Amino acid sequence: MELHLPNRLWHFHGGLHPEQQKVSTRDESIRTSALPGKLILPLQQHIGAEAETCVQAGDTVYKGQTIATATGYVSAALHAPTSGTIIGIEDHPLPHPSGLSGTCIIIEPDGKDEWWLEKPAPVDDYLALDPADIRQRVRDAGIVGLGGAAFPTAVKLNPPSRHHIDTLIINGAECEPYITCDDRLMRERADEVIEGVRIIRQALGITQVFIGVEDNKPEACAAIEQLIKDKKLKDIKLTRVPTIYPTGGEKQLIKVLTGREVPSNGLPADIGVVCHNVGTAASVYRALAHGEPMVSRIMTVTGGGVHEPCNLEALIGTPISHLVAQAEGYTDQAERLIMGGPMMGFALGSDDIPVIKGTNCILVAQSSEVETPVQPMPCIRCGRCTSVCPANLLPQEMYWNARSRDFDKIQDYNLFDCIECGCCAAVCPSHIPLVQYYRFAKTEIWALERAKDKSDHARERHEFRLERLEREKQEKAERLAKKKAALAAKKPKDGTAKVVDSKKAAIEAALERAKAKKAQTDVKPQNTEDLTEAQQRQIDDAEARRKASSSDKASKEKAPEP
Amino acid sequence: MISAILTISLLALLFGLLLGYASIRFKVEADPIVDQIDSILPQTQCGQCSYAGCRPYAEAIAAGEAEINRCPPGGEAGIQALADLLGRDPIPLDEEVGEEQDTPMVAIIDEQVCIGCTLCLQACPVDAILGAAKSMHTVIENECTGCELCLEPCPVDCIHMQPVDEDFHNWKWPYPDTLYLQTPKTRSA
Repeated sequence: MELHLPNRLWHFHGGLHPEQQKVSTRDESIRTSALPGKLILPLQQHIGAEAETCVQAGDTVYKGQTIATATGYVSAALHAPTSGTIIGIEDHPLPHPSGLSGTCIIIEPDGKDEWWLEKPAPVDDYLALDPADIRQRVRDAGIVGLGGAAFPTAVKLNPPSRHHIDTLIINGAECEPYITCDDRLMRERADEVIEGVRIIRQALGITQVFIGVEDNKPEACAAIEQLIKDKKLKDIKLTRVPTIYPTGGEKQLIKVLTGREVPSNGLPADIGVVCHNVGTAASVYRALAHGEPMVSRIMTVTGGGVHEPCNLEALIGTPISHLVAQAEGYTDQAERLIMGGPMMGFALGSDDIPVIKGTNCILVAQSSEVETPVQPMPCIRCGRCTSVCPANLLPQEMYWNARSRDFDKIQDYNLFDCIECGCCAAVCPSHIPLVQYYRFAKTEIWALERAKDKSDHARERHEFRLERLEREKQEKAERLAKKKAALAAKKPKDGTAKVVDSKKAAIEAALERAKAKKAQTDVKPQNTEDLTEAQQRQIDDAEARRKASSSDKASKEKAPEP
Repeated sequence: MISAILTISLLALLFGLLLGYASIRFKVEADPIVDQIDSILPQTQCGQCSYAGCRPYAEAIAAGEAEINRCPPGGEAGIQALADLLGRDPIPLDEEVGEEQDTPMVAIIDEQVCIGCTLCLQACPVDAILGAAKSMHTVIENECTGCELCLEPCPVDCIHMQPVDEDFHNWKWPYPDTLYLQTPKTRSA
């Protein structure tokens, strides 16, 4: 197939040049993290349905053994990162801005790090595999996008047939300050990345590949380029892209490399592009060539709050405190713990929280590195936020609408195209926490949608109930009519007056009884015989309360107005 | 003169026929305004408005028999939406019918105390309680609208309301003004 490599680059709107801060870790080679005392594995580490546990507390598991299975198409399996014992399946705080807890599998490592015997066999000739086979293996390995969003990779390898995919973009931009894990990966394991790229290309059935790397990583670019040259892979092209934050955003990188724009509310597949992170590519290679599921990842532990910033290959589920200890612990200046980078990350309340598949950075910031929250000043409508917005939105308009909780209007300004990159808030001279407003508006809108769904559901159920009651009433009436007809047919033709009289009397007596009973109370609880003494006491108490409250009401009503 | 009258009459007849046909052909079955009002109401079916459910209340509003401020679960937002729809001025919630509750609630049956009397089953407007005579009852939490109609009939007072659990699927970012007071601490105690 003829290749159409662009000989130019495009620009996305806006962007920033925040301080890089990558010096402290860019020359730190990847170290394997020591085995922690326990691993905490949340069932929800990815976008999509929560995984379902297939092990029990007390089970012995081996490295790579499936401990939770995917529960839907958009879901990811979970594997034991090392051998050991499952000491519990319980709620534990999650790495999430809410600080809420979720179900986690907790493993106590036995220190042997023994591989599971039933792990998938390595495939030597992985480039000859069928696309469906590759997808299945990637799915079984629980691989999710390592760029941060943690979207199940197998789903992205299977774009709907209505899309014609012609370009694969491998994201090695790593635009956020401080983070260097992808840089190190490309420098040290370029081979894994390139082989992974070839497998992904095979799965998608396309040839054209761009690897986009920011030009502040010359060594990584050189390593990848050398390998492409050695392997004579003419159709894979490494492109140096200018260092502008947020070039690493999926939509932004696609724009820079291809000039195409992902439509609002659309996916890259809509414009024929699929985008994967370099780390994801390396994981795909390991899953196929070594049969290793996703049990670890590379992450940067950095910031002025740790003594020795470093790049660690850590097991999924390692508590953050354990990683910080390997960066020689907190300094006295440690001020805030952030998961992710300084622009898009979120603060954590505790270091007992585990790292997950999507964690690319643990930033322990000192006070000079993070902006201390200040009382925001009023918006002066300077428009700087608009000029830096990489999604071409109107941040100021969205701010006004979020502030006044006008959730219909804010969607007219395409709130959901906001990638929460933080550029607008970073340049705001009034220090308005703009992104917080957008996040607030997004979750509020989702809550409103859920409430709407729930009320629609309740309406349906209520209508069904009314229908059911009506039907039951009719059925009862029919039954009665039938019985009456049957009785009328049986009735003796010449009944004596005496019999009739006695019958009438009996009926009247029964009616009297029923009336008296009805006068007592409208509805009577069922199953009130054979109660224990305690239950009877409770009933009596409740009755007494009810009487007291009704007499209260009555006396209040009677009381004259003051 | 006569031709002008004829032309106008003919046109009138033509349009009359056209409109008559359209009114039959494109007849709207239900009263759409009732549907629109009903879709704004929260469907708790709680009856706090003194009508038998959300739909009857919607019909009463549409007929001009009821004010738009009689729905506590809908609250201020609901009144605002109704006011926008009907082109009226929003009015504060009628104190007579109750107060707006901020947190969504769900009914919970204390299963140890339940005697299996089925009264709550009969009271629940959305069939969200599962059980049978002399068997323990339980609330299907996902279906419960928090209407509190089951509390009153229970002879042993074993049903109580509690706020819906917050997990990270229904968690919401706080309104930014409150953020300034929180600075996450770095180390666990």
